[in-house]
Amino acid sequence: MNISITVNGKIHTHDIEPRVSLAQFLRENLDLTGTHIGCDTSGCGACTVTLDGAAVKSCTVLAVQADGGEITTIEGLANGDEMHPIQAAFKENHGLQCGFCTPGMVMTAVDILKNNPDPTETEIRHGLEGNFCRCTGYHNIVKSIQHAAEQMKG
Amino acid sequence: METFIGKPVKRREDARFLKGAGRYTDDIKLPKMTHSAFVRSPYAHANIRSIDISEASKSEGVVAIYTGADSCGTFGVPCGWQVDFKNGETMREPLHPLLAKDKIKHVGEAVAIVIAETLEQARDAAELVQVDYESLPAVTDARKAMEPGAPLVHEDWPDNASFDWCIGNDRAAVEAALNSAHHVTEMEFRNQRLAPNAIEPRSYIADYDVNAGKWTLYTSTQNPHLIRLLLCAFVLGIPEHKVRVVSYDVGGGFGSKIYHYTEEALLTWASKEIGRPIKWTSDRTEAFLTDAHGRDHVVKSKMGFDKEGKIVAHLTDEYCAMGAYLSTFAPAVPTYLHGTLFQGVYTTPLIHLNVTAPFTHTVAVDAYRGAGRPEATYLLERIISKAAKEMDMDPAELRFKNFIPPFDGVNEPGYQTQVALQYDSGNYPEVLKRGLEMVGYQDFRKEQEAARKNGKLLGVGISTYIEGCGIAPSAVVGSLGARAGLYEVGAVRVQPTGKVSVFTGSHSHGQGHETVFAQFVADKLGIAMDDVEIEHGDTDQVAFGMGTYGSRSLSVGGSAIIKSVEKILEKGAKIAAHKLEAAEEDLEYAEGKWTVKGTDKSISFGDVSLTAYVPHDYPEGLEPGLDFSSFYDPTNFTYPFGTHIAVVEVDADTGKVTLKRFVACDDVGNVMNPMIVDGQIQGGVVQGVGQALLEEVVYDESGQMVSGSYMDYAMPRADDIPMIETDRTVTPCPHNPLGVKGAGEAGAIGSTPAVVNAVVDALAHLGVTDIQMPLTPQRVWKAMQN
Repeated sequence: MNISITVNGKIHTHDIEPRVSLAQFLRENLDLTGTHIGCDTSGCGACTVTLDGAAVKSCTVLAVQADGGEITTIEGLANGDEMHPIQAAFKENHGLQCGFCTPGMVMTAVDILKNNPDPTETEIRHGLEGNFCRCTGYHNIVKSIQHAAEQMKG
Repeated sequence: METFIGKPVKRREDARFLKGAGRYTDDIKLPKMTHSAFVRSPYAHANIRSIDISEASKSEGVVAIYTGADSCGTFGVPCGWQVDFKNGETMREPLHPLLAKDKIKHVGEAVAIVIAETLEQARDAAELVQVDYESLPAVTDARKAMEPGAPLVHEDWPDNASFDWCIGNDRAAVEAALNSAHHVTEMEFRNQRLAPNAIEPRSYIADYDVNAGKWTLYTSTQNPHLIRLLLCAFVLGIPEHKVRVVSYDVGGGFGSKIYHYTEEALLTWASKEIGRPIKWTSDRTEAFLTDAHGRDHVVKSKMGFDKEGKIVAHLTDEYCAMGAYLSTFAPAVPTYLHGTLFQGVYTTPLIHLNVTAPFTHTVAVDAYRGAGRPEATYLLERIISKAAKEMDMDPAELRFKNFIPPFDGVNEPGYQTQVALQYDSGNYPEVLKRGLEMVGYQDFRKEQEAARKNGKLLGVGISTYIEGCGIAPSAVVGSLGARAGLYEVGAVRVQPTGKVSVFTGSHSHGQGHETVFAQFVADKLGIAMDDVEIEHGDTDQVAFGMGTYGSRSLSVGGSAIIKSVEKILEKGAKIAAHKLEAAEEDLEYAEGKWTVKGTDKSISFGDVSLTAYVPHDYPEGLEPGLDFSSFYDPTNFTYPFGTHIAVVEVDADTGKVTLKRFVACDDVGNVMNPMIVDGQIQGGVVQGVGQALLEEVVYDESGQMVSGSYMDYAMPRADDIPMIETDRTVTPCPHNPLGVKGAGEAGAIGSTPAVVNAVVDALAHLGVTDIQMPLTPQRVWKAMQN
């Protein structure tokens, strides 16, 4: 099937099999390997991207379902060399260790703060419940998002 | 001049991860690369009657299909540790084939590999492989595996034992002391099987270069050199110098990526057969079925006390599952990494542990974060808290009564345990004192009492752990059955311009070596951190290495780098003395320059470096260059310790446990980067909490895994966990140059019993004395009803 998807501001048109997931499409067809696959069943959240502004787990969205949509991946978040405030906050607060869950965590944080610019710790933890991190114990991820919220309030 | 040791320096590796530019194995694409899928057994124990690949071979895009009938079927991956039976019989060590030939021994065992142009084609074709199995009865429980008549995992031997083992004092003496003890506390429980679950699944690409006759294996491993050694010398018999193993970014390990797995050997073999690169990346269910698991001990224990509450003896019998095959370090885990910690932080005079290690129709069990030490700590810390309750004593008071007194390992000697080890240095009462202050122990007891009157169930649980890490002195582990040395390699290459490349055999998969190692190298050389680069994870770059596990990177790997730094400074001083026309002994080195003492005559590190590579005016007889490599073999293990305290609330109606607070006061020796140490502790604690409350690998009677996905295997999520409150004391390690002990496993070792102790404490007034992990609402509720 022919699909046309805008990814990180650029339109991509590809002929793909209907069974290809959005995560596979991003990784294999567009070489955007920042989107990681940890489980294939929406369990771990490492593949989280935003589709038309809302966070989705790209392993369980078919690429054809995203036809005509606008995707932002972790690669599209920074402004050139300048990191997005959420990326910067993760670095500042040691919100990552092995880095594998990190793109999903950051993209989920984008969604959390978009819908709730001033979340409580409980709201942040609730917002992260679809994303596994096995390294950090979530402590510094929560702190990173709190820090980013403060920065983004300006 | 800016210094870096002890400061929370932000990580230099973060930028690439945060921008999605990490280099994980599955991110790599090679020209002409093929993809692969495995056909795996749905049965735990079965005869393979036939395998029909005819339909699959005709499937679109298929390049090759191999089964155990091909020559790869003769190869097997080895075990790296030998523990013989108590009666002297050699450890029973089955061949662990790359592909099962006639017999299946666990669910998920690979029967065939299908290689195709695309992943989808490989998976489609794998579904067309027809395997005719004859299903057989299986045994998955370690204790049942040793019962007469249990199905045999390996028919070469009369029963399922791989080995048995014991440690400590004479059993009869321990039993006699228990018989005459004032009080004896008994426990029987299962330290349940866990899946490590690094979020990055295992991934490999094998690439055979037909023209050069060389292989490159990209692999998500914690120890690339060890994989190369095992792969070349013990599995495929290919020359080691023709193989490059590359392990760039790895998405978490926790032990599960130490081992040499069958898939990486098979891909390496097959890439030569087809003359093209082959990729395989595990999916999550394959990870549950084939990554080595952790724990799985069946425990029966007795601890005796005198009337003052002093421990007089401790006797334990355990069945520890090995799984169907012996994984790389498996026999060491329930023995030398476990029994040697039965002293804990207490003065127990008589200890005996007996271990039986059976094969089971399951995937292998090996080291998982803490490896043997969480199991030892869980037993000790649970049985002491249970004893305190039975003797109507406060659990903190009972611990204070039994602590080994403080010793620094310098002025006071190390502490010789009853179970072979000599602790390096420790101050165990101090961390408990601090932990109790942090949690507000006395006030909590009042709050708990008041809450109980209102029907609210609060509990507090204490754990005071010790662990042995920084593994390990090669001669010691060699005498205990290790088939490898456990030194580490660190090379420091000063470039002509004074910039420094460090090559380490340690491997970073989240630990932040690129930052921490640069911190101390920069400080020791008195140069900027930006002038130091850390290289790891490529056998063509780093001379050798034993990798990262057992909290060894800084204490062993860091020490190797320090040795090379010292050699650099020693040679640099000779060059500096020549250039300054002074005697070496008249020089001092500080802030990146050699100065003639008492004068302003000096020469910088950069100038000495340039001189070493442009040796026109140079000491006679001295080799040019400034480049050293060192092996560091530790003289002892290191012994971090600490106190973990959990506060929980149990829902009286549902049995659901809420972790309200978690306090950790740890002592990991000197701290290079407190931000990273705290991060390691926080993450470890949450893994330990996962074992206490949520996680369990479950096999049913037929050997089928019923917890093989994230829908079925519960791990801690962000909303299960509070902020982790950390503090530390610092008791330097007396036997390594940085004075460090290691921080990677402490969190997972100390935390589990603290949480279970807290839940039992919350329910103690209902007569609850123990609950089997994981403490699911159902189990807690049932315990409350009884």
